[in-house]
Amino acid sequence: MTVESLYPRLEPLLAQVQKPIQYVGGELNAQVKPWDDVAVHWALMYPDAYEVGLPNQGLMILYEVLNERADALAERTYAVWPDLAGLMREHGVGQFTVDAHRPVREFDLLGVSFATELGYTNLLEALDLAGVPLHAVDRDESHPVVVAGGHAAFNPEPVSDFVDCAVLGDGEQVVGDITDVVAAWKDQGRPGGRVELLARLSRVDGVYVPRFYAVSYAADGTIAEVRRTRDDVPARVGKRTVMDLDEWPYPKQPLVPLAESVHERMSVEIFRGCTRGCRFCQAGMITRPVRERTITGIGSMVDAGLKATGYEEVGLLSLSSADHSEIGQLAKELADRYEGTNTGLSLPSTRVDAFNVTLANELSRNGRRSGLTFAPEGGSERIRRVINKTVSKEDLVRTVTTAYANGWRQVKLYFMCGLPTETDEDVLEIAELAVEVIRAGREASGSKDIRCTVSIGGFVPKPHTPFQWAAQASAETIDHRLRILREAINADRRIGRSIGLRYHDGKPGVIEGLLSRGDRRVGKVIERVWRDGGHFDGWSEHFSYDRWQTAAAEELAAFGLDLAWFTTRERTEHEVLPWDHLDSGLDKEWLWDDWQDAISEDEVGDCRWTGCYDCGVCPTMGTDIQIGPTGRSLLPLTPVSR
Amino acid sequence: MARTPDGPPPPPTVQKLRLRYTKRGPLRFASHRDLARALERALRRAQVPMAFSAGFSPHPKISYMGAAPTGAASEAEYFEIGLSARRDPEQVRAALDASLPPGIDVLECVEAVEGSGSLADRLDATRWRIDLPGVDADQLSAAVQTFLAQEVVLVAKRTKNGTKDVDAREAVVSAAVAVEAGCAILLVVVRQLTPTVRPDDVMAALAAVADLHPPLPARAVREAQGRLDDSGDVADPLGPDRVASSRCQGEPAQV
Repeated sequence: MTVESLYPRLEPLLAQVQKPIQYVGGELNAQVKPWDDVAVHWALMYPDAYEVGLPNQGLMILYEVLNERADALAERTYAVWPDLAGLMREHGVGQFTVDAHRPVREFDLLGVSFATELGYTNLLEALDLAGVPLHAVDRDESHPVVVAGGHAAFNPEPVSDFVDCAVLGDGEQVVGDITDVVAAWKDQGRPGGRVELLARLSRVDGVYVPRFYAVSYAADGTIAEVRRTRDDVPARVGKRTVMDLDEWPYPKQPLVPLAESVHERMSVEIFRGCTRGCRFCQAGMITRPVRERTITGIGSMVDAGLKATGYEEVGLLSLSSADHSEIGQLAKELADRYEGTNTGLSLPSTRVDAFNVTLANELSRNGRRSGLTFAPEGGSERIRRVINKTVSKEDLVRTVTTAYANGWRQVKLYFMCGLPTETDEDVLEIAELAVEVIRAGREASGSKDIRCTVSIGGFVPKPHTPFQWAAQASAETIDHRLRILREAINADRRIGRSIGLRYHDGKPGVIEGLLSRGDRRVGKVIERVWRDGGHFDGWSEHFSYDRWQTAAAEELAAFGLDLAWFTTRERTEHEVLPWDHLDSGLDKEWLWDDWQDAISEDEVGDCRWTGCYDCGVCPTMGTDIQIGPTGRSLLPLTPVSR
Repeated sequence: MARTPDGPPPPPTVQKLRLRYTKRGPLRFASHRDLARALERALRRAQVPMAFSAGFSPHPKISYMGAAPTGAASEAEYFEIGLSARRDPEQVRAALDASLPPGIDVLECVEAVEGSGSLADRLDATRWRIDLPGVDADQLSAAVQTFLAQEVVLVAKRTKNGTKDVDAREAVVSAAVAVEAGCAILLVVVRQLTPTVRPDDVMAALAAVADLHPPLPARAVREAQGRLDDSGDVADPLGPDRVASSRCQGEPAQV
């Protein structure tokens, strides 16, 4: 059965919409394989606008890994803006892939990568546009199997009505295993229909099929029990972990769009995982252990990627890039290699550490020093002990001053507001810090032309972290603290005019909190919001707090619950959490102890340097820390052009 | 303590090349900014030795001119690049073409000859072909006659400073109707004035004077761009460089 391209019917609509280029595909390094040449067809979706979704590394990696298989193809699809969605409904054009414009409805699998929970309504919109029933139970074997992945998939319960399965952890290997299962089932003539396929998938390591687990609730609204309904599915589903990243040098051929994206550079992931132990950080908790790419592995990826893309900047990506065991040598040798080629090198935001200024200096050796970003996260030393991101005020001021002295004109500082145990005073210290940074910076640089931007967002407690039990701060609390912070910064205009404050109000965080720690009952709220017109919830111009609040009040009342129950309520030690049957490897007792340590302001070290503290991940998952130094160097490359 | 870049200034421009490229198929939906990004990345992949501006954020020396609007296809887009080392124009054309996605095809590359004048000055008119599926050719002919008979046809045009009335008639040098495979086609030569009168402005003018409302979106292709010649057609803008370079072929081209 061959599948027709929707492009001839889509094209007349594109003349009538904003930024039509985002729907036509044809990116450099995109692939289109003949439909009938392969057994298994994957549509991969990033549930946000093309400009946000295209640069996503995870999706790019899976796209390439799957397309390398002779028996599979993968195409990409993104959230469609309301202008085109309206025209598609009017003209009966379904959700399409941008590669060959094939209807998503015809694929065997629809993989959706959830970096954030605010993409859930966009999945519903895409399913509806595709003509796929919203509820997994209403789908038959002609419909794609909807697979959720990404960090949010570590608690997929709120979307368990809409997805057929969720994949925990690294995707590189598990997509292959899933492909094998689907190929075999199709080859055998689809025995047992969709239920049998899902049962087979549930036996793939890392794959969770919600319909095979029943949830019962206690009188107080908490979960009484999550019980499997078949004995051939695992009682707990564990995450997948890719070991030896050098064997997975993806993306090898990064996609380069014609359209502008939010990330106009190439990225190379230099390591995965982080054991710094910041207690708010879900990414750092669920991606353990640290697995480094070697310096030589990184060197070849940078070289191959630049040749394949023509990008003029490379970002060295990870959760805390300066922690790579060979970062100093890597920065120097890459800067040497690309000197005089107009190729920029950059690190994402870094920890507050003078060494990171040295690194940034090296990477920008002969380029412009515009802005440096540090992430102290907490305003006071006390709150930084609570979140386990310890840096003294003196060190912070010294580091930032060093940056100004080295010619950096702008320093951006990331903070969070609404952290557990936080008071107004903790937040007000951010203002003091910023003032001190500007004073010392003006002195050190001898210039008034320096700026400090304070960027602050509301903290959202996440599953599989020590703060998973914490009460989330209310939107009113967040807004109050942001207001007094703004007033404090503006108190002295002579200094305050050099300080920028960027913040978001507390409301979207409350909804993110509901979706992050919600259970299956929250699915009703998501569906209601989408039916009331909600989507693109990550965009302030589309997000409607009122719509969410109304939907939550009306849909949760049936269960005797409300929005506050899911967000500002502190959980007790033995409460069954919606994600307890999903195993990130972290020992729940260790997480609880770390939560108690947080409250008593006790810090914990990093197991890369201070020895194992029994978080549980390595023994549970059969993994190990993989770090250098390797002692190797980057080989000189044959010079290109000048 | 303003920093200045270490080391010598970037090498100067030693050769200017002028290129013609297309915007075909789905890539007609690319904007001029999308195209600029794509061309700059392709120049890097093709290892063309671009000259750069000095300073901390050096930019490759590229001039774009007269970009066709988003949604319009083109057979005749032009840009000019400055190189820091001499290259054979045809080799640059082939290498760049191979580095660009299908639909952006580099058709010609010539060396700009000193004293031959600026390329932008040679681009003052466009010949558009506008396919109008579902439109009756006789009705279109009548509409065009009505339009041509007017002295002034004002159409509302969105500009940076809000909506502005623009005279579409003044810009139109000639307009004719053809039929191909049952589809009515409007062939129109438009002078490039400021603000530019584009195919959708011409269609708005036909709607205004003759109530012509195509049932399907019009599809415009810029067939040629150049200086308006005496016969009312559009001359090849690279012609002067070709003539001049054929006169001084003594200089060996390097690769």
